[in-house]
Amino acid sequence: MAVMEQDSAQAPARASLVNDPKVRGLFYQVLLIGTLIFFGYFIVSNTIANLERQNIASGWGFLDISAGFGTSQALVDYTESSSYGRAIFVGFLNTLFVAVVGIFFATIIGFIVGIARLSNNWVVRQISYWYVELVRNVPLLLQIFFWYFAVLRAVPDKRDKWSFGFENFHLNITGLYGPKPVWEPGSAFIGYALIIAIAATFFIAKWAKKRQDATGQQFPIFRTALGLIICLPVITYLMTGMPMYLEHPNFVEEGPILRRGFELGVGARLIPEFLALTAALAIYTAAFIAEIVRAGIQAVNHGQTEAAHALGLRNSPTLRLVIIPQAMRVIIPPLTSQYLNLTKNSSLAVAIAYPDLVSMGGTVLNQTGQAIEIIAIWMAVYLSLSLITSAFMNWYNQRMALVER
Amino acid sequence: MTNKFLPLVLGAALGATATAASATTLEDIKGKGFIQCGVSQGLPGFSNPDAQGNWTGLDVDLCRAMASAVFGDAEAVKFTPLSAKERFTALQSGEVDVLSRNTTWTMSRDTQLGLNFAGVNYYDGQGFMVRKDLGVTSALELSGASVCTNTGTTTELNVADYFRANNMPYEIVAFEKADEVVAAYDAGRCDVYTTDASGLYAQRLKLTNPGDHMVLPEIISKEPLGPVVRQGDDEWFNIAKWTLNAMINAEELGVTSANVDEMKGSDNPSIKRLLGVDGAFGEGIGLSNDWAYNIIKNVGNYEESFNANVGPDTPLGISRGVNALWSDGGFLYAAPVR
Repeated sequence: MAVMEQDSAQAPARASLVNDPKVRGLFYQVLLIGTLIFFGYFIVSNTIANLERQNIASGWGFLDISAGFGTSQALVDYTESSSYGRAIFVGFLNTLFVAVVGIFFATIIGFIVGIARLSNNWVVRQISYWYVELVRNVPLLLQIFFWYFAVLRAVPDKRDKWSFGFENFHLNITGLYGPKPVWEPGSAFIGYALIIAIAATFFIAKWAKKRQDATGQQFPIFRTALGLIICLPVITYLMTGMPMYLEHPNFVEEGPILRRGFELGVGARLIPEFLALTAALAIYTAAFIAEIVRAGIQAVNHGQTEAAHALGLRNSPTLRLVIIPQAMRVIIPPLTSQYLNLTKNSSLAVAIAYPDLVSMGGTVLNQTGQAIEIIAIWMAVYLSLSLITSAFMNWYNQRMALVER
Repeated sequence: MTNKFLPLVLGAALGATATAASATTLEDIKGKGFIQCGVSQGLPGFSNPDAQGNWTGLDVDLCRAMASAVFGDAEAVKFTPLSAKERFTALQSGEVDVLSRNTTWTMSRDTQLGLNFAGVNYYDGQGFMVRKDLGVTSALELSGASVCTNTGTTTELNVADYFRANNMPYEIVAFEKADEVVAAYDAGRCDVYTTDASGLYAQRLKLTNPGDHMVLPEIISKEPLGPVVRQGDDEWFNIAKWTLNAMINAEELGVTSANVDEMKGSDNPSIKRLLGVDGAFGEGIGLSNDWAYNIIKNVGNYEESFNANVGPDTPLGISRGVNALWSDGGFLYAAPVR
């Protein structure tokens, strides 16, 4: 020990800068970063020079030019005379829409199947087992084609329909139709009422938890919340003179043959491309989520259940208060990557004509030829979507993590 | 490690700069020994692999003709199937040397993409195909229709213009690949399939019952289809342009793959110049003087290519129409070899 201490104490005094490990380390790191920066600069400047030399238009000016092409689904106002920028934005919203709906259904199906995998019932267990094994071992693109082309051929054609839900919903080859709420002036109050109800629920829940911690008395928070969130907007709706009505889809049975079927733009409609894509993404991702959920639950030691029972907790609170909080620690991180996968997989939409970001951007790319700009937009959008999703899931994971005392 | 890495990066950088200011396309092609030709992903009659996996079609023949002009060998060509969306990027980036993929010549493509159109090898126009049982006889009755097409084509824009100009509501369903458009139209997702008229005849063959469908008489756009090369290399541009001209001139002069050897002894000065007996026209485009002879010998003239791929005796059964020679009342008119 003594010898070593002496060495290290004397070394800096004697050694030149070249032999100083700290300086050398710093030198190489600066060199590496410098090289990377130079490399990046080189790539960018070379690209710009090449584009100019080949007379290829570049820059962002094209975003303001009129697009001139239509789309089958736009969540915001869009016509052929809207700009290219608007077209890309429409595609972005469509991607977001299919991702959010897909994640919602994938989570529900995934949790149900995952829990069913552990069921005591042999039939339920086998069905969920085969679901997982079949679905996750067939390529997603094939599943999308299956849902699109197989289902397209199974439903009635454009001039026919299946109706269900008391004649409120209709299905045919052009999509799923339903009533669309139309908001009239004054309907904003219904929205305000909903916000107030949600805020009130939040504070009541906080108060109820505090009181339970202090006194042990429980409060029926779920029923109260349900009552508030449903009743308050309904009361406002009645008080403001019912400023909202439902617009039903219009099924035309006479006139020119191409005008028969559902009238374009009346009522709410989900296009078949959206239905097929959502179904494929949700069912595919759910198979992976099911395995994550099963693994998470199995990761919680059975002793925890027995301990909870010994403390006098019944089955339902045992699952809710003991098993799931511990399972969630294991479930959330891989669940996040499944959500990210689903969002990124949604770009397969282009195969079945769902106008998502890649499809709309691709059309813009082809009309303008500005590949680098469009691809930069694609990458930036998917990167931000993924980062936002992970940030949210990390925050949620932190909240769910067990607090060690 | 790092001091080895830096010269490597610098070397790569210099190398890349050198490629940027590179050799000509023709030198590159002679170096690698074949032409890389961008074609469609399968459009019968224009570029489609046959049962043996050989590419055939009117557009494919043009690439083979260029290979014959450069190498004297119609097989010295490799094909890259490209979607409508990928095609220009593939050509710009040098992945393909020539794009012969039923591509419409438009001003923006010619001027803003760094590309040059080397002529027109098929005069087309956009049409509509519908089911016969709809009873529709004119495109003006298509109000309210859902329309299937390919994404990333001029087709999408023409449909939008046409329906808007005639004040007809419509719904567009745009697919990435032609096969999916056909499948969706066949399944009844759309009332109408629209693309270039030649494409409609070709794709109709893929439907379950081709006889149940008809192409409406209206042609709603001008679609001059032709080969495309990168801008800035005039030598290669000339080769593409004159390969097409040679095929058309050969038809006009009656030179075919069958009689080209006899024709070498012809007294007609035009034929002598075309086949390289007189003059040194091949040298002017950086090739040997028998460049056109090789094209006609290996591939044939325009008429032979047309009849073999899309003509009346093929499943497509397209008549010459506007694609006849100017002397027969069509649009085909090639500058003379002189």
